Amino acid sequence: MNTIKKLLGYVWMLLALAIILFLVYEAKIKISTATDIAKANTMLQWSIILLIFTPICIGFFIFGKYASEHAYDHLPESSLEIED
Amino acid sequence: MNGTKQPSKIAFVIGASSVGTLIEWYDFYIFGMLATILSKQFFPVDAGTSALLSTLAIFAAGFIVRPFGALVFGRLGDLIGRKHTFLLTLVIMGGSTFAIGLVPSYTSIGWWAPILVLVLRLLQGLALGGEYGGAATYVAEHAPAGERGYWTSWIQTTATLGLFLALGVIILIRSNQGVDQFSAEWGGWRYPFWISILLVGVSVLIRMRMSESPMFVKLKTEGKVSTNPLKESFGHRANFKMVLLALFGAVMGQGVVWYTGQFYAQSFIETVCKIDFIQSRNIMLVAILMATPCFVLFGWLSDKIGRKWIMLSGMLLAVITYRPIYKEFIAITAASNRMHIIDHRLTHSQTAFPMIDAKDNKKLIIRTQMDTFYLDGSVFKYQKTDTIVLKQAMDGSRPITLVNPNMIAYQSAKPHLVVEKTLGKAAFWDMVWLVFIQIVYVTMVYGPIAAFLVEMFPTKIRYTSMSLPYHIGNGVFGGLVPFLGTLIVEFTKSDAHPNGDVLAGLWYPIGVAIVCVVIGAIYLQNKIDKNVMD
Repeated sequence: MNTIKKLLGYVWMLLALAIILFLVYEAKIKISTATDIAKANTMLQWSIILLIFTPICIGFFIFGKYASEHAYDHLPESSLEIED
Repeated sequence: MNGTKQPSKIAFVIGASSVGTLIEWYDFYIFGMLATILSKQFFPVDAGTSALLSTLAIFAAGFIVRPFGALVFGRLGDLIGRKHTFLLTLVIMGGSTFAIGLVPSYTSIGWWAPILVLVLRLLQGLALGGEYGGAATYVAEHAPAGERGYWTSWIQTTATLGLFLALGVIILIRSNQGVDQFSAEWGGWRYPFWISILLVGVSVLIRMRMSESPMFVKLKTEGKVSTNPLKESFGHRANFKMVLLALFGAVMGQGVVWYTGQFYAQSFIETVCKIDFIQSRNIMLVAILMATPCFVLFGWLSDKIGRKWIMLSGMLLAVITYRPIYKEFIAITAASNRMHIIDHRLTHSQTAFPMIDAKDNKKLIIRTQMDTFYLDGSVFKYQKTDTIVLKQAMDGSRPITLVNPNMIAYQSAKPHLVVEKTLGKAAFWDMVWLVFIQIVYVTMVYGPIAAFLVEMFPTKIRYTSMSLPYHIGNGVFGGLVPFLGTLIVEFTKSDAHPNGDVLAGLWYPIGVAIVCVVIGAIYLQNKIDKNVMD
């Protein structure tokens, strides 16, 4: 199970990068194809989406990194284990 | 010390915490419930879908800011105590909700209207970000060991009951006032916002009587209160990894299931299935009422068999059944799937209402309403609005009956069509059951989650540590379901398919829930932490 956790860690890191790239690509396409008044709306909407999901994807990447470093092989059973 | 043993005391703790949390949810949800009207009040009249999207974006902004509220108030809660912190959040929430009801419309103050609403919405989000973690922590720290899931599940019912209260108040006012008066600039849609100040006042009085959490008092007495909860929560890898695990392995899936079942469903029933305003909300009300006891059931069950698999099962069921459920919504409400009344005199009734455009007396607006009656008791109303531009201005003093064809310059190419469906009894109940199923999933993922989060983090940084993943998962991932769902459907529209793929919006909650189920199943433990005082 620990090997699966580690390998999936790499998957989460790649997925986080893929999501960011996908969102940036989609934002570029949608904003460039929007016209007139819709352009401002589209820019606003995609700015919100990128602003929110970029830090979340970074968090997801870190989660994957921790998983790949065996950080989740053992979960803490008391607060003493959390205070490092 | 591990919880309060006296049943009367714990009942008071639950009651006092729950009432305040319920009111905060009520405040938060009336905005979403009234999104269609708010988009017309606070944005330019002709903005159409973009206005609705902007309102949903403001609605979503309230969710996005929740994690910041979690940081600000979570830190306060770990520093000065749970009681005073969530008393403060309640006052901020009540004040900003009341103020939204006072903002003049776009026609009166222009762009100041959406700006003011956005600011107040952000305040609402901040307050809610601080409220929930405090209430859940407070109740869990009073609950006896082994019953934490059961007692905290009462707090979990408040989000749904807040929605129920919001729906109930809106329906009551709208039914009494009628559509026009309710939707007017200073009409009845503002009352639910004003009512909030009374509810908050009562709740503040109740909460003033509450004592501080026994575990926090003990920490304080022993001088073990955290000096820097933010640093201890997110600066230490050992705790931060648990924050990330809580978010990606449980709360993000819970968030999307929650908002799909209770918000996206309502939006879909109203805007895609075209069920009329009152009936769409009645469907939600009945389903919510029927499913709410399941919060307590699954909270209780989680004390017996663990939290993890109950939550993940709810997510998995949602992933598997969402598309069939929403397809069924469409089938139940489709005109092609029902039979007309046999008596042809009653099959259709058609009326035309011609009137001169108030802004341009060269334009004649003709509204044609056609009602179709079906054997199952359903009535579908079709209202078509045609605009005819005349060669010369009309004389408003004479009754308009027929327009002389010679007077017409041209007719608008795209008549505006509004469809409003009222379902018969059997179809109504079919819809209720489909929403009920989704809300049972909500109770599975949401009932045990407060206890689950409380048990993940140590007392001295619990408020901060559990609030952030909860509000990113629930507020951001979940809160964005209506906005992103609507946006994804917009992307699928083209000239060949003007309505797009109406089920495409479901891919967002399904995708998030799948990732969450995989992470939760592999990385989470199913063990119940008996001692949260560590």
